Amino acid sequence: MTYILGISAFYHDSAAAIIEDGKIIAAAQEERFTRKKHDFGYPFNAIEFVLNFADKKLSEIDNIIFFEKPFLKFERLLETYVAMSPKGFLQFSKAMPTWLREKLFQKKMLFNLLKQHDKNFNNQKKIFFSEHHLSHAASAFFPSPFEKAIVFTADGVGEWATTTVAIGCKNDLQIKKEIHFPHSLGLLYSAFTYYTGFKVNSGEYKLMGLAPYGEPKYTDLIKKNLIHIKEDGSFRLDQKYFNYTTGLTMTNDKFNNLFGEKPRDSKKEKITQFHMDIASSIQKVTEQIMIKICKSLRDEYKISNLCLAGGVALNCVANGKILKEKIFDNIWIQPAAGDAGGSLGAALAYWYIELNKERKFNKNDEMNGSYLGPSFSDEQIEKSLKSLGAKFEHLSNEDLLNKTSDDLVKGNAIGWFQGRMEFGPRALGGRSIIGDSRSPNMQKNLNLKVKYRESFRPFAPSVLREDIDKWFELNTDSPYMLLVADIKKEKQNAMSNEEKKLFGIDKLNIKRSQIPAVTHVDYSARIQTVHEKTNKKYYDLIKNFKRKTNCPVIVNTSFNIRGEPIVNTPEDAFNCFMGTDLDNLAIGNFYLEKNKQDKFLKREYINKFEDD
Amino acid sequence: MEFIKEFWQFLRVRKKYWLLPIIIVLVIFGGLIVLSQGTVVAPFIYTIF
Repeated sequence: MTYILGISAFYHDSAAAIIEDGKIIAAAQEERFTRKKHDFGYPFNAIEFVLNFADKKLSEIDNIIFFEKPFLKFERLLETYVAMSPKGFLQFSKAMPTWLREKLFQKKMLFNLLKQHDKNFNNQKKIFFSEHHLSHAASAFFPSPFEKAIVFTADGVGEWATTTVAIGCKNDLQIKKEIHFPHSLGLLYSAFTYYTGFKVNSGEYKLMGLAPYGEPKYTDLIKKNLIHIKEDGSFRLDQKYFNYTTGLTMTNDKFNNLFGEKPRDSKKEKITQFHMDIASSIQKVTEQIMIKICKSLRDEYKISNLCLAGGVALNCVANGKILKEKIFDNIWIQPAAGDAGGSLGAALAYWYIELNKERKFNKNDEMNGSYLGPSFSDEQIEKSLKSLGAKFEHLSNEDLLNKTSDDLVKGNAIGWFQGRMEFGPRALGGRSIIGDSRSPNMQKNLNLKVKYRESFRPFAPSVLREDIDKWFELNTDSPYMLLVADIKKEKQNAMSNEEKKLFGIDKLNIKRSQIPAVTHVDYSARIQTVHEKTNKKYYDLIKNFKRKTNCPVIVNTSFNIRGEPIVNTPEDAFNCFMGTDLDNLAIGNFYLEKNKQDKFLKREYINKFEDD
Repeated sequence: MEFIKEFWQFLRVRKKYWLLPIIIVLVIFGGLIVLSQGTVVAPFIYTIF
């Protein structure tokens, strides 16, 4: 057996993954262990977890692959500073000390850090470095159900590349085209994330969620000034409007003057219709670029399958549009499309490309539903709950499903902690908060009382795979919640003339469909299809809920509050349960009710985590 | 030593020899900054400039 450990770290979303003879057996993000969102430090805990899961010591691991090449990144930094000099000195003076002290000597540093896991690990030659976008592309292609596919990756920036196109065939993967820094679709989107007052590298989701409240009024302005889009979808950004190559902000005064307002200060200013229109415009431009690129790739390579990865692939609205355009017959998106997934891609790239190992196909895919993280036995959960002073009952599987679905029907918000934790940013029924999708108040209540986040943010539906086409304008697998489609016409509620006149957040109060809790203001939903094969317990729960309500759709949101990493252990779950207005907690086969818990266990929670 | 060898290989493959003087200057200055922070060499560094 050959074991390969993949690591991504030192930028954002550190993670570790392990593969055994090419089979993905475990992967996790460091933030889940350290409870620090987007933790970029050395993923000590994640590595410990994957090693323990594989029952291997580090010295028994055959190869360790880091997800990107530090020398190449350093080259990009130096060349950029030289090209921009004397501008950018401030950024240069901030970046260089870290590079000259640590990052440039990453192999040695990594070796010393790895030694903490096992003193007998003494072979530096086992450490290799993949390329950032090759890692992304490998994470998208090798676990996919396709023998041959076009692999499209896009994010902020890796070493030089920001956007790449690769062709994957059997165990081979070759990058064919690249767009280089500073021209980046991810950085363009991040510039607008910054401009609308959200945090770069984490607030992009909020911008996407805000987009349907606005009108794409600024699309032409963006296309005329900020970005030049060519026939094949490739693009160049006009750097005079951006500050990220030389400064410490994303945009500059010219950018502000173009749109007529300064970047929003989230601490002082509220979101206005202007910000919604900006969000809508940049979302539209992003979709147009992605569709254009996809169309030209399909024409050029005549391959009918598409794989996506990189942070931009988490833009599920754009993914849904690509699917709707029917450019490709099949699309597969890596669930950990961000940098965390790079750890997995790096390991897979080494196995298939460097070691030239044969690739076996799995019709469903090789991600095991993305349930690749830690799990806890009922004994472990019971011990943990007892030590926390929780009051709980142990139920049979059937009773647990019945009780949970009964409480869902009552309108309760329930913490659902089952099996292995998900790898990637989405909760998929392993560490989820669930609710009744038919409830008109669920979205507001979950946002304000449970998640403590902005009321405009939508929630996603989990739907039984076999029922998807009865409720949504989609009839394909979407197990990783990375495709957006509309609610079926017959399930939508038509808006009255008065309602149509409403703008922005006011639209939120309209009951838009039979499942209003998961219907965004534009009638769209970010769908997760639930499959019996990958998550039977979750599948059975929704089936049970359907029996009682005739509705196979429930609300599924990540088990955390705003700014908090998704819960990992039973203790994290109990703390979140007691710190929020969650009504119940179904953890393993144990069931907890809030009103039966000791009131003294209720704790201040919201201030523990900084808003992201 | 291993690092210097690998970095040289990198410059050769990438044909980016022109980066070398910049890196050498950066490393020298970086080294001076480190050495000037409370070591016995500190007084001599001041006199060089």
